[in-house]
Amino acid sequence: MSKRTDSNGYTMMFAVIMVFVVGSLLAFLASSLKPAIKENERIEKQQNILYAMGVNENDASNANFVSTKVAGAEFKKYIKKQLVLEGNKISESQDAYLIDVKKQQANAKDGKVRKLPLFVGEKEGKTFYVAPIRGKGLWDAIWGYVSMDENMVVQGAYFDHKGETPGLGANIKQRYFMDDFIGEHLMTEAGVFKGITVKKGNNDAVNEDKTDYEVDAIAGATITGDGVSAMIKKDLSLYVPYFKNLKK
Amino acid sequence: MGFLSKRDAALLTDPLADNNPITIQVLGICSALAITAELKASIVMAVSVLFVLGLGNVVISLMRNIIPSKIRIIVQLIVVATLVIIVDLVLKAFAYELSKTLSVFVGLIITNCIIMGRFEAFALGNGPWRAFLDGIGNAVGYGVILIAVGFFRELLGSGTLLGFKVLGDPIEKTGLYAIGYENNGFMLLSPMALIVVGILIWIQRSRNTSLIEEN
Repeated sequence: MSKRTDSNGYTMMFAVIMVFVVGSLLAFLASSLKPAIKENERIEKQQNILYAMGVNENDASNANFVSTKVAGAEFKKYIKKQLVLEGNKISESQDAYLIDVKKQQANAKDGKVRKLPLFVGEKEGKTFYVAPIRGKGLWDAIWGYVSMDENMVVQGAYFDHKGETPGLGANIKQRYFMDDFIGEHLMTEAGVFKGITVKKGNNDAVNEDKTDYEVDAIAGATITGDGVSAMIKKDLSLYVPYFKNLKK
Repeated sequence: MGFLSKRDAALLTDPLADNNPITIQVLGICSALAITAELKASIVMAVSVLFVLGLGNVVISLMRNIIPSKIRIIVQLIVVATLVIIVDLVLKAFAYELSKTLSVFVGLIITNCIIMGRFEAFALGNGPWRAFLDGIGNAVGYGVILIAVGFFRELLGSGTLLGFKVLGDPIEKTGLYAIGYENNGFMLLSPMALIVVGILIWIQRSRNTSLIEEN
């Protein structure tokens, strides 16, 4: 006996209805939750930038942001200027932190001018320059924010990822990795941009040498680490002209 | 278990030992290798699978009489993907921090063969209550192995458990490291997860010889 559900007509109809129901359900949910999700992402960007310049609630070993409730106020308090660098033009914008780095990288590829956001923060009399970076890890996108002083010495770094392997590549957002970058130089005394390479076996596991342009890699996360090196080199080198101008 | 019949109780307890999804059915091996480098990730994955498998089994079981057999795998895939995406969206909107921890697992859950395996083998042929018990039982059986593997890999590979340095500090040379102990970095790589799972299978079969297949 062939069942009613075996016929081609039923199968087609079932497929059509199912796709329609599931599609509209997901579309409805996605569009109704979009404002809340966007808002969360906006606050997270502020938290990331603040984190990189050392405004955070870190305990002994964990990375903690300032709470979402105060992020907006803290951002206003610590970030004095939000700059947008376009070629030689420097402008100020209140929404520079919302600039989509991914889009700007694509623009640059198409030969258009890339907008480079740079956040000038001040904490306890010290000035921080925070720049966003973005690149590729093993599975998906990785990104972060690096804060520097006027000599391009790293003052703090925050990294995040979309889908790196838990326990391995995902550990780029752990304190022990991010903190290694603090104090590292990006430029030689002579002003040559070197970047920072995430390197295996650099004989500096506790990261005492701050001018070797290297930090110790995470075991089992070679490709993610290479991605971090690459995005630092590629994206931060674009800010070199700004810093050179600053010193003049 | 008083409120469960013997047959129903077996659905919950069998997958914990003699019909374990990982060590006996060899389902869900991929995720057992991929995310067990640390204990925390193992626990998160175990809880996520518990949720998705319990709920998914019920949904599939309720739909079992109307699903056309020709496209049942696709329908199962759509159900599990929809469930996972809904959870992901809701978490992103209302529990953003948690969603960031879980986002990595979303893709892994959808493609987890344990879920498809239970839909196909059980939920399609049984009522919702029994399907629910089966889902919970299998998810717990899966979680137990995942957590065991995660425990050994994190302990021997990084010398930590849930991020706490239980064996001392490898850089400062305290605790066990003071007497020359070294972490085995090899434990962090996926092949060692396979070997740990292999050892678990070996232990299980040596204790219960009825599990050994005849050649």
